[in-house]
Amino acid sequence: MQQEQGRWAIYVLLLLAALTGAALLSLGMGEISIPFADIPRLLADKESTEYGVLAYIRIPRTLLGFAIGGSLSLAGAILQGIYRNPLVEPYTLGISGGASLGVTFAIVSGLHLLNVLFLPLAGFIGAFATIFLVYTLSLGKGGLSVNRMLLIGVMISFISSSLMMFLMSVTSAENIHGIVFWIMGSLNESNSTMITLMVVLSVFCLLVSYLFVMPLNALRLGEEKARHLGFNANGVIRILFIITSLLTGACISVAGIIGFVGLVIPHIVRLWVGTDYRILLIASFLSGSTFLILCDVLARTIIAPNELPIGVITGIVGGVAFILLLNNTKRKELKARNV
Amino acid sequence: MSSFLDIQNLSCGYGNGFRTHDIRLTLAEGSFAGIIGPNGSGKTTLFRGISGSLPLKTGRILLEGEDLSTLSWREKAQKLAIVSQFSQIADLTVEEYVLMGRLPFRRQFQFFDRKEDIEIAHHYMQLTNTYRLRHKSMEELSGGEQQMANIASALSQHPRLLLLDEPTSHLDITHQMQFLNLIQRMNEEMKLTVMMIVHDLSLAAEYCDFLLMMKDGTTYCQGLPEEVLTYEHIEHVYNTVVIVKTNPVSGKPVVFPVSERRLRDGNQEIR
Repeated sequence: MQQEQGRWAIYVLLLLAALTGAALLSLGMGEISIPFADIPRLLADKESTEYGVLAYIRIPRTLLGFAIGGSLSLAGAILQGIYRNPLVEPYTLGISGGASLGVTFAIVSGLHLLNVLFLPLAGFIGAFATIFLVYTLSLGKGGLSVNRMLLIGVMISFISSSLMMFLMSVTSAENIHGIVFWIMGSLNESNSTMITLMVVLSVFCLLVSYLFVMPLNALRLGEEKARHLGFNANGVIRILFIITSLLTGACISVAGIIGFVGLVIPHIVRLWVGTDYRILLIASFLSGSTFLILCDVLARTIIAPNELPIGVITGIVGGVAFILLLNNTKRKELKARNV
Repeated sequence: MSSFLDIQNLSCGYGNGFRTHDIRLTLAEGSFAGIIGPNGSGKTTLFRGISGSLPLKTGRILLEGEDLSTLSWREKAQKLAIVSQFSQIADLTVEEYVLMGRLPFRRQFQFFDRKEDIEIAHHYMQLTNTYRLRHKSMEELSGGEQQMANIASALSQHPRLLLLDEPTSHLDITHQMQFLNLIQRMNEEMKLTVMMIVHDLSLAAEYCDFLLMMKDGTTYCQGLPEEVLTYEHIEHVYNTVVIVKTNPVSGKPVVFPVSERRLRDGNQEIR
């Protein structure tokens, strides 16, 4: 057990180092390349062009990548734990569908022209309405049923995407472009209050989730066993569902739909650090942050000066990396069994 | 009440109508009680009522004078542990798995395992002969080894009452005896009170000092193994013809099944 703690400390240090590296890369790379060593000096010189690029474009972007990547990955790790289903991710429960519907509605009705903040607000309202629906509908006779929740979430996803298609079919081409652009997701957010909020929220949720690591550990053995080990499994699942949903809703409202982070990163991290939630949660958060910051660097440098939607990069890089890794571990396992 | 476990008029069941009803049972501390009866007679439902997984419709369960329904999950987990026939196993090492038994005793904001908890887990891993497997994944273990790790975890919970739901029915005879002998030892040495659902009637007679026989969701009869395991009772409850003899070493009843063909051949005198 002593060695266990040492192992965990090493994981965290490695991940913090990777995160720092990714952040530096993100600050340095782009249309104007800025050497790492010059960053402190340039930040002191408020007159330079580089200062403007750093302070108004790259630092907010990197912070947002940190918050969104970490949040989605954390939410994925927790949801996979409470649903005991490896295919669950933050978007499975219909939250992304609800948020997209909200945004689509805002764009189609022209609300976003009144105030830019209406767009994320509509997204958040959509997400929140979905969470509420999924939660109340899955409160069956015998209390909260996890499978029921999952099914209802998936159904609500379908319903909202159909409604969205309906709205898109009756609106103008310009609006459709706006909707599609939003759905593809981006870390391009200029409102600094929103970025600060997102960073605070993500770190706060990470801390709160640590109050539930032991019940999450017990839930690995099923709800009934968790109860026999002294945890109010239903209560824990309820609270965690609400926390992760709100977190996901906030992420989508700010950055649109960035897929794959919440599904793949917790899986990869689990293969690496093991299934103990005491290390899994922080490792998932840091890995998600690092991954999204790096994907963002790729998204804005590959076809510079234009920018690719970040979802394109996360999907391709994440999916391919995961398949390779899975293949690799399988081969290793087979080898270990043959020896 | 001076009895250790007192089940008063218990009824509980599922939404679809199946229920266990009117169970009364009192056990002294250090009893080793067997619950027997055909499939669907309500044995597991009874256990789920005791463990709190199913809400009680009527009745009370007093453990050392305390009504179980007034306790929180955590308080309950400090008093009773459950081992069922098949356990959910995640990708955990044996050591991690056994340590889970200490979860009910963690402090509010305790993050790492205490030395004391690890020592307790190691103690029971040694007793169950799983210490050598401690770094292996639960998934790599055989069914027998998994069940030994399971009981190590349950014993680490330091329960006052141990519920065993067909713990040995898929084990080979080596693991079966190893498992039951260990329970018997814990029962004698630590005065651990045990309730065990078991299908093998001869095993029940050999290990248990008290039997509760169930039929159609309620008690058919209860008492000492010699009183409960008569061929009349068994034939009536199980609709099966059997022969009951006495184990020459232990003096406990042994139940022999008789095939249909033997009966047809008219071998009536064997009784």
